[in-house]
Amino acid sequence: MSLKDKLVSNHIVLQESIDADSPIYDIRNEAIKTFEAEGFPTKKLENWKYTSLNSILKEDYGIFPSKEAALDFKDVKQYFLNDVDTYKIVFVDGVFSSYLSDTTHDGIDVCTMGAALTKPKYKQVIDVYFNKIAKGDAMDSLNTAFAKEGAYIYIPKGKVAEKPIQIVHFSTGENDVMMLQPRNLIIAEENSEVQIIERHQSLTDKKVLTNSVTEIYADKRALVDYYKIQNDKLEASLIDTTEIEQHKESIVSVHTFSLGGNITRNNLNFYQKGEFMDSILKGVTIIEGKQHVDHNTLVHHITPNCESHQDYKGIFADKSVGVFNGKVVVEKEAQKTNAYQSNNNILLDDTATINSKPQLEIFADDVRCSHGCTIGQLDESALFYLQSRGIGEKEGRALLMYAFANTVLSSVKIPQLKERITKLIAKKIGVNIGFEV
Amino acid sequence: MLSIKDLHAGIDEKDILKGINLDIKAGEVHAIMGPNGSGKSTLASAIAGKEEYEVSKGDIELEGESILEMDPEERAHNGVFLSFQYPVEIPGVSVTNFIKTAINQTRKAKGLEDMPAGEMLKKIREKAELLEMDRKFLSRSLNVGFSGGEKKRNEIFQMAMLEPKLAILDETDSGLDIDALRIVANGVNKLKSKDNAVLVITHYQRLLEYIVPDYVHVLMDGKIVRSGGKELALELEEKGYDWLKEEVGA
Repeated sequence: MSLKDKLVSNHIVLQESIDADSPIYDIRNEAIKTFEAEGFPTKKLENWKYTSLNSILKEDYGIFPSKEAALDFKDVKQYFLNDVDTYKIVFVDGVFSSYLSDTTHDGIDVCTMGAALTKPKYKQVIDVYFNKIAKGDAMDSLNTAFAKEGAYIYIPKGKVAEKPIQIVHFSTGENDVMMLQPRNLIIAEENSEVQIIERHQSLTDKKVLTNSVTEIYADKRALVDYYKIQNDKLEASLIDTTEIEQHKESIVSVHTFSLGGNITRNNLNFYQKGEFMDSILKGVTIIEGKQHVDHNTLVHHITPNCESHQDYKGIFADKSVGVFNGKVVVEKEAQKTNAYQSNNNILLDDTATINSKPQLEIFADDVRCSHGCTIGQLDESALFYLQSRGIGEKEGRALLMYAFANTVLSSVKIPQLKERITKLIAKKIGVNIGFEV
Repeated sequence: MLSIKDLHAGIDEKDILKGINLDIKAGEVHAIMGPNGSGKSTLASAIAGKEEYEVSKGDIELEGESILEMDPEERAHNGVFLSFQYPVEIPGVSVTNFIKTAINQTRKAKGLEDMPAGEMLKKIREKAELLEMDRKFLSRSLNVGFSGGEKKRNEIFQMAMLEPKLAILDETDSGLDIDALRIVANGVNKLKSKDNAVLVITHYQRLLEYIVPDYVHVLMDGKIVRSGGKELALELEEKGYDWLKEEVGA
């Protein structure tokens, strides 16, 4: 049976297990129909031209975990940001782990989608927000059809989440090869603030496929900073879709650090609905071997006087492949838009590939939109400068790669996270440069 | 200290240096002057070890040992320092962290432990004062957004920190106003000792009013066509390079 057929038949089982009165029963049914009609995306689709999922769709993935896997905190501590106090929402093989988590209902809700989708007190919010921003393409729909668990974060009007929130999804291998479909919903009401760190981490050498969808709703003047750490094992693939709706004077930033994994596809879509907003999309990709990272971004400027800033840096070694497909749409009404997009890449080997494709669709006449894309090698004269100061070639190259990626790191607002990522990058490059940041 | 013997070097099989002979002893200041395109910067790069400059003939010795087979960083570890005409910008790496890395890598190459943090800080403070550099300057990203003068001061600051045996100043005066020139020259003069040597490469005589050379050499079309005392620089300033060109038939 193909994975698609397996998913469709498993969906019937899932629907039978839940109450037909559930607010999302019908939504799930619609979603599986869409997936069934469209199937997994192929390279024939313009948006998937450079990324093939074929190699990861052949596995006989388990759809529901059959066993509950227990993890000791000390064994997974390294995957958390520990030197700063945080809320934690942790899942093990798709199942919420209350033992590893630190949730709250004190003024804000930091809890699970499982609770939000089943408890009556959340029904009103779910009715208003769930699956409203998601575009409903095949992968989105597949996630919606199986949406059961994930993070639910609700920051009411005027509230500030005092601590960053860590969302961590572990896969253990206890349940053999798994397909995970976490679904996160983040609602930041007027004048609220929240910082979120998300990570998918496999603890096994067995294959894992994660199809994750996150919807973020930022109301007037809300400030949302979202950080994605993608440093998974080489057997783990991730399709990560993040859909963001912004309202007047809100500022939302998403930083994506792609350092590990097999195939990673990031769909990051911003919809601007209100004036004087800023959307910030940043990414650092450093990969090697046969790794593949695809950034597919969309910023839809619908209203006037807004800004968007995209800055993606990539360093590719060996036979790794990078894709940057950045689309900016400026509607006719969206006058005085400032949209910036930059994608800079370094290819360390002749065998590495980057496919960079900016797409600008501008229907307004009084706008400033810029995009720039560079593909190059490390600057040899800069390397000579470092060497002439006694810095060895290997360290010099590392220093230049670090400097190259740094413009993206500089906007990380959680200092401990910034330090952690700096160390991850230094480790990835294979050198301890020995300087503090 | 430095001995250059019949040096032929070039880029892409095109010879730029066509037989340079130069001896610099400890405690001396030498100046190399010459018109644009005469090979001045090539000479500086060849001594510091820039890869694309191919040495086809001759030798460069530092304290009696050939350095031609050494990587640029090994030459630095052995006491060669080049002050760049166009220093490179490195965002995200502060002046302080950069110089710390450079010093500790040099120490590591010599089998020494990292310099203790306190000692490092004291030295940084001391040398920054010598170059009249603001404390804030040290935490800025290396050369990013620096003015011409700041870049050159930063070069000499690095020289002061690394304490080379042979310092090569490549067009250090270009882009400097008179105040910056004075500060930079003052820094170099204070670092001069009987144990080290300075090679000043310049198009104009201006810098040599502040860093007074013991010897002046004129480079034309890849060869040293005349050597003399500091008065030779004045003569060139007055008459330009053309008269010499005619005289030597270059």
